[in-house]
Amino acid sequence: MTQIVEITDLRKTYKGGFEALKGIDLTIQEGEILALLGPNGAGKTTLISMLCGITTPSGGSARVGGHDIVADYRAARSLIGLVPQEVALEPFEKVLNTIQFSRGVFGKPKDDALIERILRQLSLWDKRHARIRELSGGMKRRVLIAKALCHEPRVLFLDEPTAGVDVELRRDMWQIVEGLKADGVTIILTTHYIEEAEAIADRVGVINKGELLLVEDKSALMARMGRKSLRIDLREAVKTVPKNLAEYDLDLAKDNLSLTYNYDARGEGTGITRLLQALAKEGLQLRDLHTSQSSLEEIFVGLVNEEEDAA
Amino acid sequence: MNVFAIKAIYMYEMKRFFRTLMESLLSPVISTSLYFVVFGAAIGSRIDQVEGITYGAFIVPGLIMLSVMTQATSNASFGIYFPKFIGTIFELLSAPVSFLEIVIGYVGAAATKALMIGIIILATAWFFVDIQIMHPFAMLAFLILTCLSFSLFGFIIGIWADNFQQLQLIPLLIITPLIFLGGSFYSITMLPPVWQTITLFNPVVYLISGFRWSFFGQADVPVGLSLLAIMGFTALCMALVWWIFKSGYKIKS
Repeated sequence: MTQIVEITDLRKTYKGGFEALKGIDLTIQEGEILALLGPNGAGKTTLISMLCGITTPSGGSARVGGHDIVADYRAARSLIGLVPQEVALEPFEKVLNTIQFSRGVFGKPKDDALIERILRQLSLWDKRHARIRELSGGMKRRVLIAKALCHEPRVLFLDEPTAGVDVELRRDMWQIVEGLKADGVTIILTTHYIEEAEAIADRVGVINKGELLLVEDKSALMARMGRKSLRIDLREAVKTVPKNLAEYDLDLAKDNLSLTYNYDARGEGTGITRLLQALAKEGLQLRDLHTSQSSLEEIFVGLVNEEEDAA
Repeated sequence: MNVFAIKAIYMYEMKRFFRTLMESLLSPVISTSLYFVVFGAAIGSRIDQVEGITYGAFIVPGLIMLSVMTQATSNASFGIYFPKFIGTIFELLSAPVSFLEIVIGYVGAAATKALMIGIIILATAWFFVDIQIMHPFAMLAFLILTCLSFSLFGFIIGIWADNFQQLQLIPLLIITPLIFLGGSFYSITMLPPVWQTITLFNPVVYLISGFRWSFFGQADVPVGLSLLAIMGFTALCMALVWWIFKSGYKIKS
Protein backbone atom coordinates (compact mmCIF):
# COMPACT_ATOMS: atom_id res chain seq x y z
CA MET A 1 0.00 0.00 0.00
CA THR A 2 1.20 3.48 -0.70
CA GLN A 3 0.99 6.40 1.63
CA ILE A 4 -1.34 8.98 0.20
CA VAL A 5 -1.30 11.50 3.03
CA GLU A 6 1.84 12.18 5.03
CA ILE A 7 1.62 14.75 7.79
CA THR A 8 4.79 15.81 9.59
CA ASP A 9 4.71 17.95 12.71
CA LEU A 10 1.86 20.03 11.35
CA ARG A 11 1.06 23.00 13.60
CA LYS A 12 -1.41 25.81 13.73
CA THR A 13 -1.36 28.79 16.02
CA TYR A 14 -4.09 31.31 15.39
CA LYS A 15 -3.64 35.04 15.76
CA GLY A 16 -4.06 35.77 19.42
CA GLY A 17 -1.89 32.80 20.34
CA PHE A 18 -4.44 29.98 20.42
CA GLU A 19 -2.62 26.77 19.59
CA ALA A 20 -5.15 24.74 17.66
CA LEU A 21 -2.76 21.99 16.59
CA LYS A 22 0.41 21.13 18.46
CA GLY A 23 2.39 19.15 15.95
CA ILE A 24 0.51 16.33 14.29
CA ASP A 25 2.28 13.36 12.74
CA LEU A 26 0.08 11.05 10.77
CA THR A 27 0.33 8.80 7.76
CA ILE A 28 -2.71 7.65 5.87
CA GLN A 29 -2.61 4.69 3.49
CA GLU A 30 -4.22 4.83 0.11
CA GLY A 31 -7.70 3.33 0.12
CA GLU A 32 -8.25 3.29 3.85
CA ILE A 33 -10.98 4.92 5.87
CA LEU A 34 -9.70 6.86 8.83
CA ALA A 35 -12.07 8.22 11.45
CA LEU A 36 -10.89 11.13 13.55
CA LEU A 37 -12.65 11.33 16.86
CA GLY A 38 -12.45 14.20 19.26
CA PRO A 39 -14.52 16.62 21.28
CA ASN A 40 -15.51 20.03 19.93
CA GLY A 41 -12.55 22.33 19.51
CA ALA A 42 -10.08 19.46 19.48
CA GLY A 43 -8.55 20.60 16.20
CA LYS A 44 -10.16 18.15 13.78
CA THR A 45 -11.52 20.81 11.46
CA THR A 46 -8.31 22.83 11.68
CA LEU A 47 -6.35 19.79 10.55
CA ILE A 48 -8.66 19.20 7.61
CA SER A 49 -8.73 22.90 6.71
CA MET A 50 -4.95 23.00 6.51
CA LEU A 51 -4.74 19.91 4.34
CA CYS A 52 -7.36 21.37 2.01
CA GLY A 53 -5.74 24.80 1.77
CA ILE A 54 -8.38 26.81 3.61
CA THR A 55 -6.06 27.57 6.51
CA THR A 56 -2.33 28.24 6.28
CA PRO A 57 -0.15 25.99 8.46
CA SER A 58 2.01 27.73 11.07
CA GLY A 59 4.60 24.98 10.97
CA GLY A 60 5.36 21.51 9.76
CA SER A 61 4.42 20.08 6.42
CA ALA A 62 2.04 17.72 4.72
CA ARG A 63 1.97 15.88 1.43
CA VAL A 64 -1.01 14.53 -0.42
CA GLY A 65 -0.25 12.00 -3.12
CA GLY A 66 3.40 12.97 -2.70
CA HIS A 67 2.71 16.65 -3.41
CA ASP A 68 3.45 19.26 -0.78
CA ILE A 69 0.22 21.04 0.17
CA VAL A 70 1.87 24.47 0.05
CA ALA A 71 4.61 24.33 -2.55
CA ASP A 72 2.73 22.07 -4.93
CA TYR A 73 -0.81 23.02 -3.93
CA ARG A 74 -2.33 22.54 -7.37
CA ALA A 75 -1.37 18.90 -7.65
CA ALA A 76 -2.21 18.22 -4.01
CA ARG A 77 -5.58 19.92 -4.03
CA SER A 78 -6.78 18.41 -7.28
CA LEU A 79 -6.65 15.04 -5.50
CA ILE A 80 -8.76 16.28 -2.59
CA GLY A 81 -12.49 16.54 -2.11
CA LEU A 82 -13.98 18.21 0.93
CA VAL A 83 -17.42 17.98 2.46
CA PRO A 84 -17.45 20.75 5.03
CA GLN A 85 -19.14 20.65 8.38
CA GLU A 86 -21.32 23.66 7.75
CA VAL A 87 -23.78 23.79 4.89
CA ALA A 88 -22.46 26.59 2.70
CA LEU A 89 -24.33 26.86 -0.58
CA GLU A 90 -25.59 29.71 -2.69
CA PRO A 91 -29.36 29.72 -2.01
CA PHE A 92 -30.50 31.01 -5.40
CA GLU A 93 -28.34 28.73 -7.48
CA LYS A 94 -29.59 25.59 -9.19
CA VAL A 95 -28.26 22.24 -8.03
CA LEU A 96 -26.75 21.28 -11.38
CA ASN A 97 -25.06 24.66 -11.86
CA THR A 98 -23.38 24.64 -8.50
CA ILE A 99 -22.04 21.14 -9.15
CA GLN A 100 -20.75 22.02 -12.59
CA PHE A 101 -19.08 25.04 -11.03
CA SER A 102 -17.29 22.78 -8.55
CA ARG A 103 -16.00 20.52 -11.29
CA GLY A 104 -14.84 23.58 -13.22
CA VAL A 105 -12.88 25.22 -10.41
CA PHE A 106 -11.13 21.93 -9.83
CA GLY A 107 -9.90 22.15 -13.38
CA LYS A 108 -11.90 19.31 -14.86
CA PRO A 109 -13.68 19.45 -18.24
CA LYS A 110 -17.42 18.96 -18.41
CA ASP A 111 -18.61 15.39 -17.92
CA ASP A 112 -22.38 15.15 -17.93
CA ALA A 113 -22.46 11.38 -17.61
CA LEU A 114 -20.37 11.43 -14.48
CA ILE A 115 -22.42 14.18 -12.89
CA GLU A 116 -25.62 12.33 -13.68
CA ARG A 117 -24.22 9.17 -12.07
CA ILE A 118 -23.25 11.06 -8.92
CA LEU A 119 -26.56 12.87 -8.70
CA ARG A 120 -28.51 9.64 -9.15
CA GLN A 121 -26.42 7.91 -6.54
CA LEU A 122 -27.25 10.70 -4.10
CA SER A 123 -30.95 10.76 -5.08
CA LEU A 124 -30.49 14.30 -6.35
CA TRP A 125 -31.14 13.74 -10.03
CA ASP A 126 -34.81 14.71 -9.79
CA LYS A 127 -33.81 17.87 -7.99
CA ARG A 128 -31.12 18.94 -10.41
CA HIS A 129 -33.07 21.98 -11.60
CA ALA A 130 -34.28 22.96 -8.15
CA ARG A 131 -32.80 25.97 -6.43
CA ILE A 132 -30.77 25.26 -3.33
CA ARG A 133 -33.10 27.17 -1.04
CA GLU A 134 -35.99 24.88 -2.03
CA LEU A 135 -34.14 21.84 -0.68
CA SER A 136 -34.41 20.30 2.75
CA GLY A 137 -31.43 20.26 5.09
CA GLY A 138 -30.61 16.67 4.25
CA MET A 139 -30.78 17.37 0.52
CA LYS A 140 -28.41 20.32 0.91
CA ARG A 141 -25.95 18.03 2.58
CA ARG A 142 -26.24 15.66 -0.36
CA VAL A 143 -25.46 18.57 -2.68
CA LEU A 144 -22.30 19.26 -0.67
CA ILE A 145 -21.28 15.65 -1.09
CA ALA A 146 -22.00 15.79 -4.82
CA LYS A 147 -19.87 18.94 -5.11
CA ALA A 148 -17.00 17.16 -3.40
CA LEU A 149 -17.31 14.04 -5.54
CA CYS A 150 -17.87 15.65 -8.93
CA HIS A 151 -14.18 16.27 -9.53
CA GLU A 152 -13.23 12.67 -8.80
CA PRO A 153 -11.06 13.12 -5.71
CA ARG A 154 -8.63 10.42 -4.60
CA VAL A 155 -8.79 11.63 -1.01
CA LEU A 156 -12.12 12.65 0.46
CA PHE A 157 -12.47 14.60 3.68
CA LEU A 158 -15.82 14.35 5.40
CA ASP A 159 -16.04 16.84 8.24
CA GLU A 160 -18.84 15.70 10.55
CA PRO A 161 -20.79 14.32 7.59
CA THR A 162 -23.69 12.97 9.59
CA ALA A 163 -24.10 15.67 12.21
CA GLY A 164 -27.79 16.44 12.30
CA VAL A 165 -28.88 14.22 9.43
CA ASP A 166 -31.62 11.64 9.52
CA VAL A 167 -31.09 7.91 9.71
CA GLU A 168 -31.82 7.40 6.04
CA LEU A 169 -29.19 9.83 4.86
CA ARG A 170 -26.69 8.40 7.31
CA ARG A 171 -27.28 4.95 5.83
CA ASP A 172 -26.92 6.34 2.30
CA MET A 173 -23.76 8.08 3.33
CA TRP A 174 -22.22 4.92 4.68
CA GLN A 175 -23.17 3.15 1.48
CA ILE A 176 -21.54 5.86 -0.60
CA VAL A 177 -18.44 5.66 1.54
CA GLU A 178 -18.30 1.92 0.97
CA GLY A 179 -18.68 2.43 -2.78
CA LEU A 180 -15.89 4.99 -2.81
CA LYS A 181 -13.66 2.71 -0.82
CA ALA A 182 -14.28 0.00 -3.38
CA ASP A 183 -13.06 2.47 -6.02
CA GLY A 184 -9.92 2.98 -3.97
CA VAL A 185 -10.73 6.44 -2.63
CA THR A 186 -9.10 7.28 0.67
CA ILE A 187 -11.56 8.71 3.17
CA ILE A 188 -10.87 10.75 6.27
CA LEU A 189 -13.91 11.56 8.33
CA THR A 190 -14.35 13.39 11.57
CA THR A 191 -17.21 12.43 13.75
CA HIS A 192 -18.76 12.62 17.14
CA TYR A 193 -20.55 9.36 16.66
CA ILE A 194 -18.49 6.50 17.91
CA GLU A 195 -20.76 3.99 16.22
CA GLU A 196 -20.07 5.69 12.91
CA ALA A 197 -16.36 5.17 13.36
CA GLU A 198 -17.07 1.59 14.37
CA ALA A 199 -19.28 0.99 11.37
CA ILE A 200 -17.10 2.26 8.56
CA ALA A 201 -13.55 3.07 9.63
CA ASP A 202 -10.46 0.94 9.12
CA ARG A 203 -8.47 2.99 11.58
CA VAL A 204 -9.45 5.36 14.32
CA GLY A 205 -7.53 8.40 15.49
CA VAL A 206 -8.32 10.38 18.60
CA ILE A 207 -7.56 14.10 18.74
CA ASN A 208 -7.85 16.27 21.79
CA LYS A 209 -6.58 19.78 22.45
CA GLY A 210 -4.57 19.84 19.26
CA GLU A 211 -2.80 16.57 19.84
CA LEU A 212 -3.21 13.20 18.23
CA LEU A 213 -3.55 10.87 21.20
CA LEU A 214 -3.81 7.61 19.34
CA VAL A 215 -4.15 6.10 15.91
CA GLU A 216 -5.01 2.47 15.86
CA ASP A 217 -6.52 -0.19 13.66
CA LYS A 218 -10.16 -0.46 14.42
CA SER A 219 -9.79 -4.21 14.84
CA ALA A 220 -7.17 -3.68 17.53
CA LEU A 221 -9.48 -1.22 19.20
CA MET A 222 -12.36 -3.63 18.83
CA ALA A 223 -10.26 -6.27 20.49
CA ARG A 224 -9.76 -3.92 23.39
CA MET A 225 -13.43 -3.18 23.28
CA GLY A 226 -14.22 -6.87 23.25
CA ARG A 227 -12.48 -7.16 26.61
CA LYS A 228 -14.81 -7.61 29.47
CA SER A 229 -13.97 -7.56 33.09
CA LEU A 230 -15.51 -9.39 36.00
CA ARG A 231 -15.26 -7.80 39.40
CA ILE A 232 -15.59 -10.18 42.29
CA ASP A 233 -16.45 -8.51 45.61
CA LEU A 234 -15.29 -10.52 48.59
CA ARG A 235 -16.85 -10.79 52.04
CA GLU A 236 -13.47 -10.73 53.74
CA ALA A 237 -10.32 -8.96 52.69
CA VAL A 238 -7.42 -11.01 51.33
CA LYS A 239 -3.81 -9.89 51.57
CA THR A 240 -2.67 -11.34 48.27
CA VAL A 241 -4.14 -13.19 45.34
CA PRO A 242 -4.07 -16.88 46.28
CA LYS A 243 -1.33 -18.77 44.44
CA ASN A 244 -3.72 -21.29 42.96
CA LEU A 245 -5.44 -18.48 41.13
CA ALA A 246 -2.27 -17.14 39.51
CA GLU A 247 -3.21 -18.43 36.05
CA TYR A 248 -6.21 -16.09 35.96
CA ASP A 249 -4.04 -12.99 36.31
CA LEU A 250 -6.38 -11.35 38.78
CA ASP A 251 -6.00 -7.75 39.95
CA LEU A 252 -6.50 -7.12 43.64
CA ALA A 253 -8.16 -3.83 44.54
CA LYS A 254 -6.49 -1.44 46.99
CA ASP A 255 -9.01 -2.19 49.71
CA ASN A 256 -8.21 -5.90 49.26
CA LEU A 257 -11.93 -6.55 49.01
CA SER A 258 -12.33 -7.21 45.30
CA LEU A 259 -10.63 -9.08 42.51
CA THR A 260 -10.88 -8.19 38.83
CA TYR A 261 -10.70 -10.77 36.08
CA ASN A 262 -10.26 -9.66 32.46
CA TYR A 263 -11.44 -11.92 29.71
CA ASP A 264 -12.33 -11.93 26.04
CA ALA A 265 -16.08 -12.13 25.69
CA ARG A 266 -15.83 -13.12 22.04
CA GLY A 267 -13.74 -16.21 22.80
CA GLU A 268 -15.09 -19.73 23.05
CA GLY A 269 -14.34 -20.23 26.69
CA THR A 270 -14.28 -17.26 29.01
CA GLY A 271 -12.87 -19.23 31.93
CA ILE A 272 -15.46 -17.86 34.29
CA THR A 273 -16.83 -21.21 35.40
CA ARG A 274 -13.36 -22.53 36.19
CA LEU A 275 -12.47 -19.35 37.99
CA LEU A 276 -15.56 -19.46 40.18
CA GLN A 277 -14.89 -23.12 41.00
CA ALA A 278 -11.31 -22.26 41.89
CA LEU A 279 -12.50 -19.42 44.08
CA ALA A 280 -14.83 -21.79 45.90
CA LYS A 281 -11.98 -24.26 46.35
CA GLU A 282 -9.91 -21.51 47.96
CA GLY A 283 -12.80 -21.00 50.35
CA LEU A 284 -13.35 -17.36 49.38
CA GLN A 285 -16.79 -16.02 50.22
CA LEU A 286 -18.31 -13.92 47.44
CA ARG A 287 -20.44 -10.91 48.16
CA ASP A 288 -21.25 -9.78 44.61
CA LEU A 289 -20.25 -10.07 40.96
CA HIS A 290 -20.14 -7.30 38.32
CA THR A 291 -19.28 -7.54 34.67
CA SER A 292 -18.46 -4.57 32.48
CA GLN A 293 -17.42 -4.04 28.89
CA SER A 294 -15.18 -1.30 27.60
CA SER A 295 -16.48 0.46 24.51
CA LEU A 296 -14.75 2.68 22.01
CA GLU A 297 -16.55 5.49 23.75
CA GLU A 298 -14.99 4.55 27.06
CA ILE A 299 -11.57 4.25 25.53
CA PHE A 300 -12.12 7.63 23.97
CA VAL A 301 -13.42 9.30 27.12
CA GLY A 302 -10.66 7.63 29.10
CA LEU A 303 -7.99 9.02 26.78
CA VAL A 304 -9.46 12.48 26.80
CA ASN A 305 -9.79 12.50 30.57
CA GLU A 306 -6.27 11.21 31.10
CA GLU A 307 -5.12 14.11 29.01
CA GLU A 308 -7.10 16.53 31.15
CA ASP A 309 -5.81 15.04 34.39
CA ALA A 310 -2.28 15.37 33.16
CA ALA A 311 -2.78 19.02 32.28
CA MET B 1 -3.02 28.02 -15.64
CA ASN B 2 -6.30 26.40 -14.60
CA VAL B 3 -8.36 27.58 -17.57
CA PHE B 4 -11.38 25.49 -16.59
CA ALA B 5 -11.48 27.25 -13.23
CA ILE B 6 -11.33 30.73 -14.75
CA LYS B 7 -14.07 29.75 -17.15
CA ALA B 8 -16.17 28.23 -14.36
CA ILE B 9 -15.93 31.34 -12.19
CA TYR B 10 -16.47 33.70 -15.10
CA MET B 11 -19.48 31.82 -16.46
CA TYR B 12 -20.97 31.40 -13.00
CA GLU B 13 -20.79 35.14 -12.41
CA MET B 14 -22.13 35.94 -15.86
CA LYS B 15 -25.03 33.56 -15.28
CA ARG B 16 -25.95 35.53 -12.19
CA PHE B 17 -25.96 38.63 -14.38
CA PHE B 18 -28.17 37.06 -17.03
CA ARG B 19 -30.48 35.58 -14.42
CA THR B 20 -31.24 39.12 -13.34
CA LEU B 21 -30.92 40.51 -16.86
CA MET B 22 -33.91 42.79 -16.62
CA GLU B 23 -32.74 44.38 -13.39
CA SER B 24 -29.17 44.46 -14.59
CA LEU B 25 -29.85 46.23 -17.85
CA LEU B 26 -33.16 47.94 -17.42
CA SER B 27 -32.21 50.06 -14.46
CA PRO B 28 -29.16 51.72 -16.06
CA VAL B 29 -31.12 52.28 -19.25
CA ILE B 30 -34.03 53.86 -17.41
CA SER B 31 -31.87 56.02 -15.18
CA THR B 32 -29.81 57.18 -18.18
CA SER B 33 -32.97 58.06 -20.06
CA LEU B 34 -34.12 60.05 -17.05
CA TYR B 35 -30.84 61.96 -16.98
CA PHE B 36 -31.29 62.81 -20.64
CA VAL B 37 -34.85 63.94 -20.15
CA VAL B 38 -33.98 66.05 -17.11
CA PHE B 39 -30.51 67.37 -17.92
CA GLY B 40 -30.50 67.06 -21.66
CA ALA B 41 -33.96 68.21 -22.62
CA ALA B 42 -35.41 70.13 -19.69
CA ILE B 43 -32.43 71.88 -18.14
CA GLY B 44 -30.04 71.46 -21.04
CA SER B 45 -32.20 73.49 -23.36
CA ARG B 46 -31.55 76.51 -21.13
CA ILE B 47 -27.83 75.90 -20.88
CA ASP B 48 -25.48 77.33 -23.45
CA GLN B 49 -23.23 75.07 -25.35
CA VAL B 50 -20.25 73.84 -23.38
CA GLU B 51 -17.09 74.41 -25.37
CA GLY B 52 -19.08 74.28 -28.54
CA ILE B 53 -20.92 71.08 -27.72
CA THR B 54 -24.61 70.92 -26.87
CA TYR B 55 -25.15 70.17 -23.22
CA GLY B 56 -27.12 67.01 -24.00
CA ALA B 57 -24.18 65.57 -25.91
CA PHE B 58 -21.64 66.93 -23.46
CA ILE B 59 -22.97 64.85 -20.57
CA VAL B 60 -22.96 61.55 -22.51
CA PRO B 61 -19.38 60.53 -21.64
CA GLY B 62 -19.90 61.57 -18.02
CA LEU B 63 -23.10 59.55 -17.78
CA ILE B 64 -21.47 56.47 -19.23
CA MET B 65 -18.57 56.84 -16.80
CA LEU B 66 -20.97 57.33 -13.90
CA SER B 67 -22.78 54.07 -14.63
CA VAL B 68 -19.70 52.08 -15.55
CA MET B 69 -17.79 53.07 -12.43
CA THR B 70 -20.65 52.39 -10.03
CA GLN B 71 -21.70 49.16 -11.77
CA ALA B 72 -18.17 47.78 -11.96
CA THR B 73 -17.56 48.55 -8.30
CA SER B 74 -20.82 47.10 -7.04
CA ASN B 75 -20.74 44.02 -9.27
CA ALA B 76 -17.20 43.08 -8.36
CA SER B 77 -17.59 43.81 -4.67
CA PHE B 78 -20.77 41.80 -4.44
CA GLY B 79 -19.33 38.97 -6.53
CA ILE B 80 -16.57 38.18 -4.05
CA TYR B 81 -18.33 39.36 -0.91
CA PHE B 82 -21.28 37.00 -1.35
CA PRO B 83 -19.27 33.72 -1.25
CA LYS B 84 -17.45 35.12 1.76
CA PHE B 85 -20.74 35.97 3.43
CA ILE B 86 -22.45 32.61 2.86
CA GLY B 87 -19.29 30.56 3.31
CA THR B 88 -18.97 29.07 -0.17
CA ILE B 89 -15.53 30.66 -0.42
CA PHE B 90 -14.16 27.49 1.19
CA GLU B 91 -14.51 25.81 -2.17
CA LEU B 92 -12.40 28.40 -3.96
CA LEU B 93 -9.75 28.21 -1.27
CA SER B 94 -9.63 24.43 -1.42
CA ALA B 95 -9.61 24.25 -5.21
CA PRO B 96 -6.42 23.96 -7.24
CA VAL B 97 -6.67 27.57 -8.39
CA SER B 98 -4.21 30.39 -7.97
CA PHE B 99 -5.34 33.74 -6.67
CA LEU B 100 -4.60 35.22 -10.06
CA GLU B 101 -7.15 32.87 -11.61
CA ILE B 102 -9.74 33.81 -9.01
CA VAL B 103 -9.17 37.49 -9.74
CA ILE B 104 -9.34 36.98 -13.50
CA GLY B 105 -12.64 35.12 -13.11
CA TYR B 106 -14.38 37.54 -10.79
CA VAL B 107 -12.92 40.81 -12.03
CA GLY B 108 -13.23 39.70 -15.64
CA ALA B 109 -16.93 38.97 -15.20
CA ALA B 110 -17.59 42.24 -13.35
CA ALA B 111 -15.70 44.23 -15.98
CA THR B 112 -17.59 42.49 -18.77
CA LYS B 113 -20.92 43.38 -17.19
CA ALA B 114 -19.85 46.99 -16.72
CA LEU B 115 -18.64 47.16 -20.31
CA MET B 116 -21.95 45.82 -21.58
CA ILE B 117 -23.82 48.38 -19.53
CA GLY B 118 -21.56 51.16 -20.81
CA ILE B 119 -22.20 50.18 -24.40
CA ILE B 120 -25.95 49.92 -23.82
CA ILE B 121 -26.00 53.41 -22.31
CA LEU B 122 -24.06 54.74 -25.27
CA ALA B 123 -26.65 53.14 -27.56
CA THR B 124 -29.47 54.64 -25.49
CA ALA B 125 -27.84 58.07 -25.71
CA TRP B 126 -27.96 57.80 -29.47
CA PHE B 127 -31.73 58.01 -29.28
CA PHE B 128 -31.61 61.33 -27.47
CA VAL B 129 -28.69 63.27 -28.87
CA ASP B 130 -26.37 63.44 -31.82
CA ILE B 131 -22.97 62.26 -30.80
CA GLN B 132 -19.85 61.64 -32.70
CA ILE B 133 -16.89 59.71 -31.50
CA MET B 134 -13.69 61.30 -32.74
CA HIS B 135 -11.33 58.70 -31.34
CA PRO B 136 -13.25 55.41 -31.13
CA PHE B 137 -10.24 53.30 -30.21
CA ALA B 138 -9.21 55.67 -27.44
CA MET B 139 -12.82 55.68 -26.30
CA LEU B 140 -12.86 51.87 -26.09
CA ALA B 141 -9.50 51.81 -24.36
CA PHE B 142 -10.65 54.30 -21.72
CA LEU B 143 -13.89 52.42 -21.28
CA ILE B 144 -12.22 49.05 -20.88
CA LEU B 145 -9.55 50.36 -18.53
CA THR B 146 -12.21 52.03 -16.40
CA CYS B 147 -14.27 48.82 -16.26
CA LEU B 148 -11.18 46.87 -15.31
CA SER B 149 -9.78 49.22 -12.70
CA PHE B 150 -13.08 49.84 -10.96
CA SER B 151 -13.85 46.11 -10.97
CA LEU B 152 -10.49 45.54 -9.28
CA PHE B 153 -11.36 48.30 -6.84
CA GLY B 154 -14.74 46.70 -6.17
CA PHE B 155 -13.06 43.34 -5.64
CA ILE B 156 -10.87 44.92 -2.96
CA ILE B 157 -13.93 46.41 -1.25
CA GLY B 158 -15.66 43.03 -1.37
CA ILE B 159 -12.70 41.35 0.32
CA TRP B 160 -12.39 44.11 2.90
CA ALA B 161 -16.08 44.40 3.82
CA ASP B 162 -17.27 42.48 6.85
CA ASN B 163 -20.94 43.24 6.34
CA PHE B 164 -23.38 44.61 3.81
CA GLN B 165 -23.20 48.13 5.27
CA GLN B 166 -19.47 48.32 4.63
CA LEU B 167 -20.06 46.98 1.16
CA GLN B 168 -22.22 50.04 0.42
CA LEU B 169 -20.13 52.49 2.41
CA ILE B 170 -17.20 53.16 0.09
CA PRO B 171 -19.25 53.43 -3.10
CA LEU B 172 -21.72 55.73 -1.40
CA LEU B 173 -19.27 57.84 0.55
CA ILE B 174 -16.36 58.07 -1.86
CA ILE B 175 -17.10 56.85 -5.37
CA THR B 176 -20.40 58.62 -5.99
CA PRO B 177 -19.26 62.05 -4.70
CA LEU B 178 -15.99 61.77 -6.63
CA ILE B 179 -17.87 60.95 -9.80
CA PHE B 180 -20.38 63.77 -9.39
CA LEU B 181 -17.63 66.24 -8.53
CA GLY B 182 -15.41 64.82 -11.24
CA GLY B 183 -17.05 66.71 -14.06
CA SER B 184 -19.65 64.20 -15.18
CA PHE B 185 -22.12 67.00 -15.79
CA TYR B 186 -19.88 70.02 -16.23
CA SER B 187 -16.53 71.11 -17.50
CA ILE B 188 -14.17 72.02 -14.69
CA THR B 189 -13.50 75.29 -16.50
CA MET B 190 -16.99 76.28 -15.36
CA LEU B 191 -15.83 76.19 -11.73
CA PRO B 192 -14.40 79.13 -9.76
CA PRO B 193 -10.56 79.18 -9.97
CA VAL B 194 -10.00 77.85 -6.44
CA TRP B 195 -12.25 74.87 -7.07
CA GLN B 196 -10.57 74.23 -10.39
CA THR B 197 -7.36 73.63 -8.45
CA ILE B 198 -8.99 71.56 -5.72
CA THR B 199 -10.81 69.40 -8.21
CA LEU B 200 -7.52 68.36 -9.78
CA PHE B 201 -6.98 66.18 -6.73
CA ASN B 202 -10.01 64.15 -7.69
CA PRO B 203 -8.72 61.21 -9.74
CA VAL B 204 -12.07 60.75 -11.46
CA VAL B 205 -11.60 64.13 -13.18
CA TYR B 206 -8.80 62.64 -15.27
CA LEU B 207 -10.85 59.61 -16.26
CA ILE B 208 -13.90 61.58 -17.33
CA SER B 209 -11.81 64.21 -19.07
CA GLY B 210 -9.92 61.60 -21.06
CA PHE B 211 -13.08 59.75 -21.96
CA ARG B 212 -14.74 62.99 -23.07
CA TRP B 213 -11.69 63.81 -25.16
CA SER B 214 -12.15 60.57 -27.10
CA PHE B 215 -15.63 61.80 -28.03
CA PHE B 216 -15.12 65.49 -28.72
CA GLY B 217 -11.39 66.00 -28.88
CA GLN B 218 -11.57 68.43 -25.98
CA ALA B 219 -10.33 67.83 -22.48
CA ASP B 220 -9.99 69.60 -19.15
CA VAL B 221 -6.61 68.01 -18.59
CA PRO B 222 -4.10 66.74 -21.14
CA VAL B 223 -5.17 63.33 -22.46
CA GLY B 224 -1.76 61.81 -21.74
CA LEU B 225 -2.25 62.68 -18.09
CA SER B 226 -5.67 61.01 -18.19
CA LEU B 227 -4.17 57.85 -19.61
CA LEU B 228 -1.45 57.91 -16.96
CA ALA B 229 -4.06 58.38 -14.24
CA ILE B 230 -6.21 55.45 -15.29
CA MET B 231 -3.19 53.23 -15.73
CA GLY B 232 -1.85 54.34 -12.37
CA PHE B 233 -5.16 53.55 -10.71
CA THR B 234 -5.28 50.12 -12.36
CA ALA B 235 -1.73 49.39 -11.23
CA LEU B 236 -2.50 50.53 -7.69
CA CYS B 237 -5.54 48.25 -7.49
CA MET B 238 -3.55 45.34 -8.92
CA ALA B 239 -0.86 45.86 -6.31
CA LEU B 240 -3.47 45.90 -3.55
CA VAL B 241 -5.10 42.72 -4.85
CA TRP B 242 -1.69 41.10 -5.05
CA TRP B 243 -0.99 42.05 -1.44
CA ILE B 244 -4.40 40.78 -0.31
CA PHE B 245 -3.73 37.36 -1.72
CA LYS B 246 -0.13 37.28 -0.62
CA SER B 247 -1.16 37.95 2.96
CA GLY B 248 -4.49 36.12 2.87
CA TYR B 249 -6.06 39.30 4.21
CA LYS B 250 -9.59 38.66 5.50
CA ILE B 251 -9.98 35.41 3.61
CA LYS B 252 -7.47 32.98 5.00
CA SER B 253 -6.26 32.55 8.56
